[in-house]
Amino acid sequence: MKLHPILAALRKHKAGTVLISLQIALTLAIVCNAIFIIGQRIERVNRPTGLNESNLLLVTQQWVGAPNADTADGVEKLDAMQREDLAALRNLPGVVSVTPTNSLPLLNSSWTGSVSHKPGAQLGGKDNTRTAYYFIGDQAMDTFGLKLVAGRAFTAGDVQHQGFRDQPPRPIAIITKALAQKLFPDGSAVGKVMYSDGSNAPTTIIGVVERMQTPATGSWGNDFAWYSTLIPTRLDANFARYAVRTRPGQLDSVMRAVTPLLYKVNPLRVLDDDSVKSFGEIRAKAYRADVGMAILMGVICLVLIAVTAAGIVGLTSFWVGQRHRQIGVRRALGARKIDILHYFQVENLLIAGIGVLLGIALAIGLNLWLMTRYEMTRLPVLYVLVGVLAMLVIGQAAVFVPARRASNVPPVSATRAA
Amino acid sequence: MFAYYLELALRSLKRNRALTALMVLAIALGIGASMTTLTVLHVLSGDPLPGSSGTLYYPQIDPRDNSGQLPGAEPPEQVTLIDGLNLLHAGRADRQALMTGGSVPIQPDSVVVDPFYVESRYTTADFFPMFGTRFSYGRGWNAADDEAKAREVVINGELNQRLFGGADSVGRNLRIADASFRIVGVLDDWAPNPHFYDLNTGSYGRAEQVFVPLQTALDLKMEHNGSNDCWGRGAGGVGRIYPSESCVWLQFWAQLDSPAKAADYKQFLVHYSQEQKALGRFAKAPNVRLRNMMQWLAHERVVPDDVRLQTGLAFGFLLVCLVNTVGLMLAKFMRRAGDLGVRRALGASKRALFGQLLIESGVVGVVGGAGGLLLAGLGLWVVRQRPSSYAALAHLDATMLLTTFVLALGSTLLAGMLPAWRACQVPPALQLKSN
Repeated sequence: MKLHPILAALRKHKAGTVLISLQIALTLAIVCNAIFIIGQRIERVNRPTGLNESNLLLVTQQWVGAPNADTADGVEKLDAMQREDLAALRNLPGVVSVTPTNSLPLLNSSWTGSVSHKPGAQLGGKDNTRTAYYFIGDQAMDTFGLKLVAGRAFTAGDVQHQGFRDQPPRPIAIITKALAQKLFPDGSAVGKVMYSDGSNAPTTIIGVVERMQTPATGSWGNDFAWYSTLIPTRLDANFARYAVRTRPGQLDSVMRAVTPLLYKVNPLRVLDDDSVKSFGEIRAKAYRADVGMAILMGVICLVLIAVTAAGIVGLTSFWVGQRHRQIGVRRALGARKIDILHYFQVENLLIAGIGVLLGIALAIGLNLWLMTRYEMTRLPVLYVLVGVLAMLVIGQAAVFVPARRASNVPPVSATRAA
Repeated sequence: MFAYYLELALRSLKRNRALTALMVLAIALGIGASMTTLTVLHVLSGDPLPGSSGTLYYPQIDPRDNSGQLPGAEPPEQVTLIDGLNLLHAGRADRQALMTGGSVPIQPDSVVVDPFYVESRYTTADFFPMFGTRFSYGRGWNAADDEAKAREVVINGELNQRLFGGADSVGRNLRIADASFRIVGVLDDWAPNPHFYDLNTGSYGRAEQVFVPLQTALDLKMEHNGSNDCWGRGAGGVGRIYPSESCVWLQFWAQLDSPAKAADYKQFLVHYSQEQKALGRFAKAPNVRLRNMMQWLAHERVVPDDVRLQTGLAFGFLLVCLVNTVGLMLAKFMRRAGDLGVRRALGASKRALFGQLLIESGVVGVVGGAGGLLLAGLGLWVVRQRPSSYAALAHLDATMLLTTFVLALGSTLLAGMLPAWRACQVPPALQLKSN
């Protein structure tokens, strides 16, 4: 097939050709970037927290008229109340283990600080590594389902308690593998000493866990998303959080039993609808904006592609109608049906080709612009290539129906007025 | 003439029903998506206190030491308690208020109602007149009550409804965090969006139910919520209910009625910083900012990036839909070159033809715009069903309604312009000949 007649015909439809190419280019640019954003969101949502997330629930509750956590006496009373709750929860049928904790991954309620090789380092100094603390009990490893890769887990004897705002020394800690590698790149963190929050008292690392995400899902927490530090301490305040692991299949029954049980232990407290949450709910809430954004972008991309495809169908149909007589002449002069079909297909390929070339430039330009304004990384070439291929295929699919109609124009129409 | 052209347009549109439907649908989808996202953006970036936001300022000073901080960096986003009280007592602004947030247990006298926690704001007296809060009953407290650590409280309409069934509860007593308070005022549904005066406790859809004098709250050690930023050894201290002296955790707002006063106030902040440095409290050279409310909201990037991205995406979509419409309309008009040639030959001017074709594209625009409005209504309904904090705010207002129509009509007329112009360039004689 010779391109010459196609080019000559397109030159007669300059405006139409330019417009459809432009539409393809814009569609390619927008869809490439949108799919890239969707991909990033999906990757973010799917990253594992390091916990065994099934059969895990979190209880958040507040006492009313609780003892003052600023006095030694008050702290002891609060701790007794907390131990009473823990014992009651552990006795609940279907419960495997329970730990007090200040937060959980994805909960967006974090206690962050920094750890350093040196004592007395000032906050915000260079040697400091940001970390998020989990203050937990001895059953935490089992309750969370963490995988210990070095050292040992906490024992009941390791666990201390403190008032929420007190700052006692932290003699031992378990840290994540990511934090261990940052602090001790030679891979021997167990038994080493670090200093937390500018303290002069050393903290000995007794164990390393494979992975545990910090509670923050916002962009401010991205830099230290895997730098968690576990401290064996019950925090005593007028509120407490308990993480509960249940036997498989008993999550729902335990969730229903928790609130009445805790009210029975001590009625002077507040538990509302939000107080007992499964980890699944915590995960869904943490990422709902990302999921919503991904769905919205996906829908807009689909509609965008549909509009562009419909535009190609519409415009080609017009051209077929307009050239009805010429097609008849070509057929009468000996062109086969397949030649007519190919003519429109090649014509579309040419138009779409111009469109995608322009589209590649637009896609990269749009990505660069987005990078200056939002948190965005460089668009991988693969996305653009797949996008280009997809646009060409969509173009061919869209042109097929009108092109076949064109190929069915009978040669006799050459003799009739258009 | 207009009626005749309109009839012609309708006839022409009827001739290619599928194509007309495609053009209308594309415009409607584009307008619907753009208006939905634009409305959300408009609501989120709106002025929470129209009329007075220009005179409200958020002073920032820098009391930090030099550890690990870059020179020229932004000062902290809040103030320490000492600096807050100093600025408050200096009284250099027309009005000023120092505040922070928390949550408190409400302990109703009735035994049938269990105690419950509500969000609270601890603030000094000017909060109410400065932010123009609207009262259903009573009023706020005054500066003397602040200093006297008065047990007075302002509650909002929601809490008043819950506790007192909406009746005038001024003068009644309310037990909060184990202390007895006298209700002095009941707000109506006042809840500015964004929650500009303290963005740390959520930007949208937040409203405190209880307002307590700051000094009273500190005296009773009421629980504090929000952001604490500390430096140096600031995190230290044992048994401290509130953050230490080297932590910022309160917000300070000032009302300055004229730009000259604002300039003076900025000078005052510099002098204050110098004075504190001389006293040894501050370590840095004066590092102050004085942004008004809207500048502060822009600086804090209070509108979520996702919302901006969505709006950008929707307008990109609209652009593609318009290009699509231009292409289709062009093809359509060019196909009618024969008819147009006959009309030209019969004496119709280019302008008349142009007008006729524009009316045709205008009809597509109006119908598409109406469809877009319906889709925007649907889109906003979907947004309201979503669990985001700003969901309930997503409503079309008169401005956005008008914008939708202008956008729909304007964009399709613009889109019809090029095809109409191209079609009018057809020389009449040539068209007559070719058939």
